[in-house]
Amino acid sequence: MKVLVVGLNHKIADLDVREKLAFNGPKLEEGLLKFKELPEVYEAIILSTCNRVELYANVRDIGKASESIKAFLSEFHSLNRGALDNSLYIYDDTKALKHIFRVASSLDSMVIGEPQILGQIKDAFEFALEKKTTGILLNKLIKKAISVAKRVRTETKIAENAVSISFAAVELAKKIFTDLSTRVFMLLGAGEMAELAAKHLISTGVKEVLVSNRTYERACDLAKEFNGQPVKFDEFIQEIVRSDIVICSTGAQDYILKKNQMQRVMKDRKQKQVFIIDISVPRNIDPEINEIDNVYLYNIDDLQGVVNGNIFERQKEAEKAEKIVEEEIETFLKWQSSLDSVPTIVALRERAEEIKKEELDKLLNKMPEIGEKEKKAIEYMATAIINKLIHPPTVALKEDSEDRDIMIATIKRLYGIDAEENEEE
Amino acid sequence: MGVLLFEFALTFYFAATIVSVIELFKETKITSRIMISLAGIGFAIHTVSIVYRYISAGHIPITNAHEATSFFSWCIVFIFFILEFRYRILLISSFIMPVVFILMLSSSLMPREIKPLTPMLQSYWLGIHTVLAFLGNAAFALAFGIGFMYIVQEHYVKSKKHLRGLFDRLPSLQTLDEINYRLITFGFPLLTLAIITGALWAESALGRYWSWDPREVLALVTWFIYAIILHARLTAGWRGKKAALLSIIGFLTILIAFFGIKLLGKGYHVFI
Repeated sequence: MKVLVVGLNHKIADLDVREKLAFNGPKLEEGLLKFKELPEVYEAIILSTCNRVELYANVRDIGKASESIKAFLSEFHSLNRGALDNSLYIYDDTKALKHIFRVASSLDSMVIGEPQILGQIKDAFEFALEKKTTGILLNKLIKKAISVAKRVRTETKIAENAVSISFAAVELAKKIFTDLSTRVFMLLGAGEMAELAAKHLISTGVKEVLVSNRTYERACDLAKEFNGQPVKFDEFIQEIVRSDIVICSTGAQDYILKKNQMQRVMKDRKQKQVFIIDISVPRNIDPEINEIDNVYLYNIDDLQGVVNGNIFERQKEAEKAEKIVEEEIETFLKWQSSLDSVPTIVALRERAEEIKKEELDKLLNKMPEIGEKEKKAIEYMATAIINKLIHPPTVALKEDSEDRDIMIATIKRLYGIDAEENEEE
Repeated sequence: MGVLLFEFALTFYFAATIVSVIELFKETKITSRIMISLAGIGFAIHTVSIVYRYISAGHIPITNAHEATSFFSWCIVFIFFILEFRYRILLISSFIMPVVFILMLSSSLMPREIKPLTPMLQSYWLGIHTVLAFLGNAAFALAFGIGFMYIVQEHYVKSKKHLRGLFDRLPSLQTLDEINYRLITFGFPLLTLAIITGALWAESALGRYWSWDPREVLALVTWFIYAIILHARLTAGWRGKKAALLSIIGFLTILIAFFGIKLLGKGYHVFI
């Protein structure tokens, strides 16, 4: 029983390669069932996301199994074997465990600490459960991976700080305002990044959305999209009086909001805190307005600075997470090795039963005259003897002791049994 | 027995202060729990010590500097627990427990013997006037702590630097500003009533409402500072940083009034 991982991710394969290997839609079910049918594969899970395609298997022979999985991949996706071989990684045993734990904990992600991957692993696992392609090893392994990921999430700050401009803007807003759902938000201008940030903010929940744009039609369109109110461009300064958060991104070449204008606005809004995010290049809002009390102005570089700091912080937290992964690998290996004693115990019992049967047959052949009652009593005694004899070694094998490996080997030798024989084909 | 209780309370507050200052740098669930337990035990013992002193003295124990400072600290911790219960912002402790500890420490250094009441103090006004005054001032003490937190958090947001750690753990500016405002609107009427009851008491004991006693003057100055904070907020929108700074200045004035006049040694409030 060994874990094998065959796959690729964003680090080693470009999008066009990942696309070709993806198991999406109906391909997933078909692929999973075929993968499970491979002669060397005893359990199977396929994880296919936009950043990675990975096949997890329980195998006996790593070499044979990885060969047959590679052949399966090239056949299934009609890909050239040579090109495929170069773009895949193969991990077995401890390395495989480490890889799966790291993937689930989002340590292997493009953005370290992003939360989606755990959900994707859960989905892949549930799909495999549904299709009955997993068993004792992978079930235990994926459950363990999920619990490792949760431990990493609670014991480190790996997912705590925003690592995108738009999330950073929302987090800052939460440090200025108590409850965003009571705040009015204005989107000034348009542009991909501004709209993305606006979407994040609105999905967090704001009270009211105002949209202003140099072309009023565009403002109306965007207002419709965001379920807000359009504002004429020459009236936007007036509307800042009731807006608490402003995201600005217009194509203007000059400042469209100057310090003295903002001072008047602040007077009108009774100095209530206002958060202004200027993501336009060149800047549209006079940087000096950050000097006004209760006005907090962030430009694109400020936000990028926040994001960079957070990424650095996540990397530091990732080091703690790696330690957790190492610890959990140890506990999993312990569990896995406990499985090895089971076949030995089974073989030991079988051997004892065999001897009992042989000796009983011999005895009963020699004494055909004894009755049913005596026969039962003799059989009973023989069973009791072997039970008593194999009880201590069984208990010892089940125990989690350091020298269990030696004990397993010793018992096999003493009783002339070989558990592997029963297991292998 | 009374001495022992007081020393125990002081010790627990000291331990709570140490933990709360550590929490500025590193806060975990465990440190928070330790902090709140230490402060809670300290507060319970402190309460018992005040009740014990009440019983042994036979009157409300706010009649000398030691008792007054101790009772003032008690009021601050009391309001701290109300805030903690209401807003769950444990970090307030890092800004307020040191104040409590310093007050308690200075109280412990003052003469503690119970003396018979002077005729002037033998009045039902004693309890009413002092409790109002100290509860009001305790609210201002917390407004000071919250104001301090506001200044720190505002500095982070404005400077755009070091936006993690303490910045992450401090509440939003708006929350701090609101708590600050609520504390002042709670403390201000109490202070007003304390001044009125003080005047009534003075009239009944000395025959005049106001005698420009130094503590009276400083109470009036304090009253004006907080009146300005409230007035400016409602009319000119002085909120945020300005309100926070003013509430810090206001409380420093109270402290000067409290200890300064003691050193000055003049006026009929001198016993406190």
